[in-house]
Amino acid sequence: MRRLNAVGAARGAAFVSALAAFPFVVHAAWIVNIGVITLMYAGLATAWNLFSGYSGYISLGQAAFFGLGAYSLGILFQHMSAGTGYRPFEVLPLIGLGVALVSLPVAWIALRTRAMTFAIVTLTLLFIVQQLAFNLHGITHGSTGLELPTPRFSVANYDRPFYLAMLAVVTLALLLCWHVRGSKLGLMLFAIREDEDKARGVGVRVTGAKLVAWALSVGLTAMIGGVWAYYLTFIYPESSVDPLVMIGAILMTFLGGKGTLWGPVVGAFVLVPAQQYLLTRFGANQFYLIAYAAVFMVVLLMLPRGIIPSLRDVSQRMGGHGRPRHDVAVEAGPGAPA
Amino acid sequence: MHQIVQACIVGILTGGIYALMASGLTLVFGIMKVINVAQGALVILAAYLSYTLFSQLHVDPFLSIVLVTPAMFVLGVAAQLLFIRSLRGPEGSELSLLVTWSIALGIEGVLSVVYKTTYRSTIPSYANRTWDIGGYHISLVRAGAFGAAVLILLLLFLLLTRTRLGRAVRATVQNPTSARLLGVDTDRVSALGFGIGVSTAAAAGAVYGVIYPFNPGSHYDLISRLLSIVVLGGLGSLGGAILAALLMGVVEALVAVEISPIWSAFSFFVVLIAILLVRPQGMFGVRERTL
Repeated sequence: MRRLNAVGAARGAAFVSALAAFPFVVHAAWIVNIGVITLMYAGLATAWNLFSGYSGYISLGQAAFFGLGAYSLGILFQHMSAGTGYRPFEVLPLIGLGVALVSLPVAWIALRTRAMTFAIVTLTLLFIVQQLAFNLHGITHGSTGLELPTPRFSVANYDRPFYLAMLAVVTLALLLCWHVRGSKLGLMLFAIREDEDKARGVGVRVTGAKLVAWALSVGLTAMIGGVWAYYLTFIYPESSVDPLVMIGAILMTFLGGKGTLWGPVVGAFVLVPAQQYLLTRFGANQFYLIAYAAVFMVVLLMLPRGIIPSLRDVSQRMGGHGRPRHDVAVEAGPGAPA
Repeated sequence: MHQIVQACIVGILTGGIYALMASGLTLVFGIMKVINVAQGALVILAAYLSYTLFSQLHVDPFLSIVLVTPAMFVLGVAAQLLFIRSLRGPEGSELSLLVTWSIALGIEGVLSVVYKTTYRSTIPSYANRTWDIGGYHISLVRAGAFGAAVLILLLLFLLLTRTRLGRAVRATVQNPTSARLLGVDTDRVSALGFGIGVSTAAAAGAVYGVIYPFNPGSHYDLISRLLSIVVLGGLGSLGGAILAALLMGVVEALVAVEISPIWSAFSFFVVLIAILLVRPQGMFGVRERTL
């Protein structure tokens, strides 16, 4: 490919293979469990970044598509008993594709609005899907929840297949992001983020670019929702369309660096283990909520640009050791937050 | 027919309270381009304060409006100074969305620690009394809440049109830069404006608990409705927000009697999407520019 440089490729390969080897080295179920959750958030944050980070349109509703993915898998394998074992992992791409296609007409309406209105409209999408999950009792079983068949994976390493499935989706998300960033689509998205009216003026097909990025982001989110549903084997409306999951992914993206390639992953790897530690320490109760709010506030007020852009600044100030990057212009251009 | 008129009455009474909550939300957006996602959580906070005053000190919930509102006004001004003032620059509004969201989470967390997550409601002695006018039942507390909401909205209107602060607020809404050039202290207007926005949530919250049972998680349901209302009315438009709130109240009540109560909230979101299809800027909004 055009801009495949040796260092970048090596970094990506090392990252993925180290993570892939992890569950074969560490067998403790609770650690692998944290790994699954960390990868889930890394994937969600990367998917969110692909649309919102690159285009500048803040979506607060991606949890809706996480839920749609979870319920699609649940309904497919509970009502239609389409199989068990590794079968659900094989249909994941179909679920991603399906949910992305379904979301496109709604996205087309939502994308007629700008900035804050868009953020609010996407937030209402989240509540619409949650209401549907409650009310379409016939297929979702409403608030009683939906049970999926429990796979007969070996008890000793039960979490491992789910871990690897999450890793596969995260890898796919990173590859897609990397490809988009180097492609014309990426350039169009960055132009929209800087100034949409100007971009349209010089002939960028803004609606098309936004819809493609949206579909990619939604498809990935739905696939992650599917793996998550199969992992828990039990889903209900509040947990599968949870605003807190979404806001968590957004927080990680901000922490790592919005609009960068690795930022969301870095954010997830910093925050999720800490979050899981707080959860086991205090239980899933209210102190956890307060701690979460406090962390969020600190990140937003102290470090609104995120870890990666801040580090890059430091390394440049230290005498320009940072490699000259051809995409610095779009990452730290005049429109970027100072 | 009787049923439909009865539903419209209930819808308008409910809509009036939502109009009060939404008016503060849209006013704050008008002044400083900040969407206060914590507005729903602040309503619930006020509901708990009023509940405590009622159950511990036997203060009538309608009387507690006078106590809760000033206290929450101070809280609002403090929140603006502490968390929101520092957010400037091109991404300020997006960041404020997330900052106010974390304020909402914080309030939810504190409330669930103090009050636990069981549902509460404030039940004064007259809670179940109704008036019968021409065969239509009008619940006394709903009518009282509606009356209080109308009164406070009227006060807000007078504040905006008849006072110096009101003129400064309207000038800031129209054009912050020109307002500053003409000597308006927009920082002060922003802080006070945010306080006023929080006050509307406080006043509505004080009576909210008389009408609906609530728990710390109730703010998700509230904020989803409030945000839909202000978008439907057009962000920043006070009249639009009030009209949209009444419309939402009536649509929900009608769907509840004609189809099923479980679809009533859903129906409003559908109305919102349908109207955005025709008018992306909402009923009375001005089209937003790029970020």
